[in-house]
Amino acid sequence: MRIGIPRALFYYQYFPFWKNFFEQLGLEVVLSSPTNKEILKQGLEFCVDDACLPIKIFHGHVADLIGKVDMIYIPRIISIEPKEYICPKFLGLPDMIRNSISNIPHIVDTELNLYKGKNHILDHILNLGKILNIHQTRILFAYFKAIKAQRQFEKLMIEKFVTPQDIIDKRLTFIENQTFKKRRNNIKVLLLGHNYNIYDDYISMGLIRKLRKHNIDLITCEMVTKSQIKEGNKKLSKDLFWTLGKKTTGTAYYFLEHKKVDGIIHVASFGCGPDSLVGELIEKRAKLEYKIPFLYLNLDEHAGEAGFDTRLEAFLDVLEGRKHIEDNISTYG
Amino acid sequence: MGNIYVPLKTLFESLGCEVILPPPCTKKTLELGVANSPEFACLPLKINIGNFIEAIERGADTIVMAGGVGPCRFGYYGEVQKEILRDLGYDVEMIILEPPRGNFLDLTNKIKLITTKNNKTIKDLVRALRFAWKKALLLDNIEKQSSKLRPREIEKGQTDKVYNSLVKRILDVKDETELETLKEEISKAFSKIRVLKNKTPVKVGIVGEIYTVLEPFVNLNIEKQLGELGVEVHRNIYITDWVRENLLPSFLKPKDYKSILKLAEPYINCFVGGHGQESIAQIVNFSKKGFDGVIHLLPFTCMPEIVAKSAIPRVSQKFKIPVMTIVLDEHSAEAGFRTRLEAFIDMICHSKEVKNIAVLSGN
Repeated sequence: MRIGIPRALFYYQYFPFWKNFFEQLGLEVVLSSPTNKEILKQGLEFCVDDACLPIKIFHGHVADLIGKVDMIYIPRIISIEPKEYICPKFLGLPDMIRNSISNIPHIVDTELNLYKGKNHILDHILNLGKILNIHQTRILFAYFKAIKAQRQFEKLMIEKFVTPQDIIDKRLTFIENQTFKKRRNNIKVLLLGHNYNIYDDYISMGLIRKLRKHNIDLITCEMVTKSQIKEGNKKLSKDLFWTLGKKTTGTAYYFLEHKKVDGIIHVASFGCGPDSLVGELIEKRAKLEYKIPFLYLNLDEHAGEAGFDTRLEAFLDVLEGRKHIEDNISTYG
Repeated sequence: MGNIYVPLKTLFESLGCEVILPPPCTKKTLELGVANSPEFACLPLKINIGNFIEAIERGADTIVMAGGVGPCRFGYYGEVQKEILRDLGYDVEMIILEPPRGNFLDLTNKIKLITTKNNKTIKDLVRALRFAWKKALLLDNIEKQSSKLRPREIEKGQTDKVYNSLVKRILDVKDETELETLKEEISKAFSKIRVLKNKTPVKVGIVGEIYTVLEPFVNLNIEKQLGELGVEVHRNIYITDWVRENLLPSFLKPKDYKSILKLAEPYINCFVGGHGQESIAQIVNFSKKGFDGVIHLLPFTCMPEIVAKSAIPRVSQKFKIPVMTIVLDEHSAEAGFRTRLEAFIDMICHSKEVKNIAVLSGN
């Protein structure tokens, strides 16, 4: 049995879990190809034109899997933290796929809903077992193995300041060598945005690659502990109800408050609902209260790489300039 | 939002607050809103900001806003608007009414904040609510009646004249007995309009996101425009229905609400926030009731309705009902909009004629 997982959206967050879980159960996990021009083209063709870029790309990845697998795993992710939601488009994702793409293989769309408590993850897992027709004990065994791998994955990102892609692609040794190198400028940039945007090399036009090339110290939401995010979110007067948005604001406010970063880059896709409000809240604080440079990058299928690079370089120049001035203040007043 | 200001004004006035109505939405409202809101926020937020600024300029010092728990963006409107108004230097108090999540204490405290200022008791609150509710029922009633009369009237524009004057009358009514006499007046006023009795106009349903469906400024007065084209319009959302379906505890909700939602299940299997699932359910419902077409309205980048939109082609095909989706934002222009409406109606009329001929010739 081959089960397909689209290399998009929550792949960047849960892939170690999914991979270990399904492989434990004796299924062959097939990933769609990394995002490329063809996938984008197919995504645009199938998806409703009002949707945001990552959703369109997701359609492309599903289309890419057709013919390669016996079933596709597209969970209906309603909530991954108690009392919070993901964006409405995630709630309706299996429906959107079914409505837009014809002749697809069987979709495994069990509901993942932790709105009422974290232990509801077991419902999801057991339902999966029913669909796959596998005995409960085997399912639970696989679940515990997989959750261990997932925890390790999350820990590694926080400890070593690496991206999910580094771990999945096993680029760790390369990164470790990199950190020993002496940095010339030592600029710290906070890279905000949804994980499926910033870690997808094609969507983000190699943003992480480019920042690393400029020897920038990167911090993303995945590299921050939960308690730090919680501390940052204390500055909000009302709790956000989007998990990803909450992660973004918590990280941003934490680092702004502790003055640990030189600049913030916020990556959002065009038409992203939650980010249109979240971005506004962060940008206002960063500019008015903390005076930290803020770059807002908006991604859609028409974004040109040249203009993107120019903006990025200009922003990095600003950061370097500020650092330079800071370092040269006379100690004699 | 449409006529919802009428019952709300009554409610707060009965509670002893001085209510300042922002002027009806105009281009200026929109411009003020767009200039001061986040670029990619949805249209209702922008218009809200415009409304608030205009109300503050008229002397308002407190704003009451509804909250929410997502996943639609509306639940966080209040917080963002508070920050925007603060940055603009306006000194207003914002009371955000959050839906009670298990604890009614917070909500009652906030309501108390409004009532105790004016020495009002819970009894006054109940009375005020009842009065406002009656007005809302009456408003829905005249809206439904006028959308029936509009395509049938002989002298164009007469229904709108009557309708507008009636809304004003309802707004000014001060107590319940006066409301009763007004009821008779309403039926008299409507019966005076001369209509073509035996005309059977095309019937079109309007579904979509609540703000765009209810606010005539945003949807470019779609009900009136369709009426002028000789179309009988039904909405899926009326204020009183919405209150019944969403604000009442679940055992008091109307029964058909759940059965209608079931209609959407093959296409959208769960709640997606806002009115996404309802829109699909209502399209199916309209087609079952024998409507000739449905128009689906949404503000640009509205998340729940985008999910709904993805399901529409399949629904429309299966139930053989034409559906047109119209995305509204601050750049919507009336001429283009009107052309699209006319084309859509022409298409419906044409297919209806073809069907009738087929029946006559016995094919």
